[in-house]
Amino acid sequence: MVLTKRVIPCIDVDLDEDGNPAVYTGVNFEDLQYTGDPVEMAKAYNESGADEFVFLDITASAEGRETMLDVVERVADEVFIPLTVGGGIRTTADIKETLRAGADKVSITTGALERPELITEGARAFGNQCIVISVDARRRFDEGGEHYVEVDGESCWFECTKKGGREGTGIDVLEWAAEAESRGAGELFVNSIDKDGTKDGYDLALTEAVCDTVDTPVIASSGCGSPEDMYDVFTEAGADAGLAASIFHFDEYSIAETKAYLDEHGVPVRI
Amino acid sequence: MSTASSPQAQSLASVVVVDYGLGNLRSVTRGLERAGADVEITDDPAAFATADGVVLPGVGAFREGVENADPLREDLLEVAESGTPLFGICLGMQMLLTTSEEGDTDGESAVQGLDLIPGTNVRFAEGQKVPHMGWNELHVQREHPLVDGVDGNYAYFVHSYYAAPDDEHATVATTDYEREFPSIVANEAGTVFGTQFHPEKSGETGLQILRNFVEICADA
Repeated sequence: MVLTKRVIPCIDVDLDEDGNPAVYTGVNFEDLQYTGDPVEMAKAYNESGADEFVFLDITASAEGRETMLDVVERVADEVFIPLTVGGGIRTTADIKETLRAGADKVSITTGALERPELITEGARAFGNQCIVISVDARRRFDEGGEHYVEVDGESCWFECTKKGGREGTGIDVLEWAAEAESRGAGELFVNSIDKDGTKDGYDLALTEAVCDTVDTPVIASSGCGSPEDMYDVFTEAGADAGLAASIFHFDEYSIAETKAYLDEHGVPVRI
Repeated sequence: MSTASSPQAQSLASVVVVDYGLGNLRSVTRGLERAGADVEITDDPAAFATADGVVLPGVGAFREGVENADPLREDLLEVAESGTPLFGICLGMQMLLTTSEEGDTDGESAVQGLDLIPGTNVRFAEGQKVPHMGWNELHVQREHPLVDGVDGNYAYFVHSYYAAPDDEHATVATTDYEREFPSIVANEAGTVFGTQFHPEKSGETGLQILRNFVEICADA
């Protein structure tokens, strides 16, 4: 047996009207719908065989951060599998606080794009293994990229975006992935603005291009609508882990079903 | 600095988690409590002597780990000498060996581990994805109470170096990551041992290992 492919539910945590933590699931980074209590969801996913959890604080507020750390503590006390926590992490103090609450890894997007030294500092202080660099990639069918791939017969490059895709950076995802790795990122978390919430499959071209660029593990995200999509991202694109939100949150497929499908089709998974 | 926490049920053994300034100690503490231990997180060597077992946790780099733990070196060696179970986790396990390719292995800047299980920590081969991160299978190679009931189960790994003990018999379990490497090691007396993976992050299998550890402490 070899290292298994990981199936990871992602839990976006916001505050509800009463200021309590709640999980919301969106489509194309918008139209959020309430799907449950984060701690209860984590427990249920653990029983269903999740290999890890990713928690994202989508409040982008000080209250949200406090609440998030409390959620992380409560989950870490109950569930003994790895937790990755992201959202609003910009300093080594933020990293430290998040790890102390019980996170094993932090996921950083904007904070690293704005100050790449944060990756170096974080990796040196806490170890590469806990620094996950997250990219929100968007397909660009124009000039300005560094690396082009064929997608549906057209040539495109992938741009790093900020603010859930609302702001471009002009930075080529593959350049950034290589830089993040050389600065000490232990894992790359690859989101697609084009595929997020669509449920028509991961961006396989994007995932494959990143996997070909770096040696660090790659978590594919955005677009998973079925166990078949997860199979494709493992076998065609070479991802190490597949992340999904809505198919699990809305009970379309359980994690156990997804893993059973992968196992039947020859993908090594922990069952 | 010392923080005590109460066990969830009746305590089977008192366990000290060594706080040498690195990493998240919360999960390992909760895991040990779940396994029936009364846990104290401390850097006070006086507590090591009275505990039924000592856990040396750790994430991060070998040099930083060894340097941070250096003030406690003699005390940890005494724990081993006395026969009190000493359990190293991840970097804590690597520190039980003699040296690591992550620090210098010889010369003036060489970094010396505890040398309780003689050997070197070596890096995975070029071209392999590192860190080895994720769930992988445990293949038990010989008897040790730590591995009761876990052969063939999955555990959670995050590391770029692995232990290569001088004595083959020190290997209790192996794991396959393009090559079979030692994932659990123990000294000859069986009282000093370590896991490369994180039992506190390895779900039910990890909790079983922690329960086995607590039982070893209770029996010691």
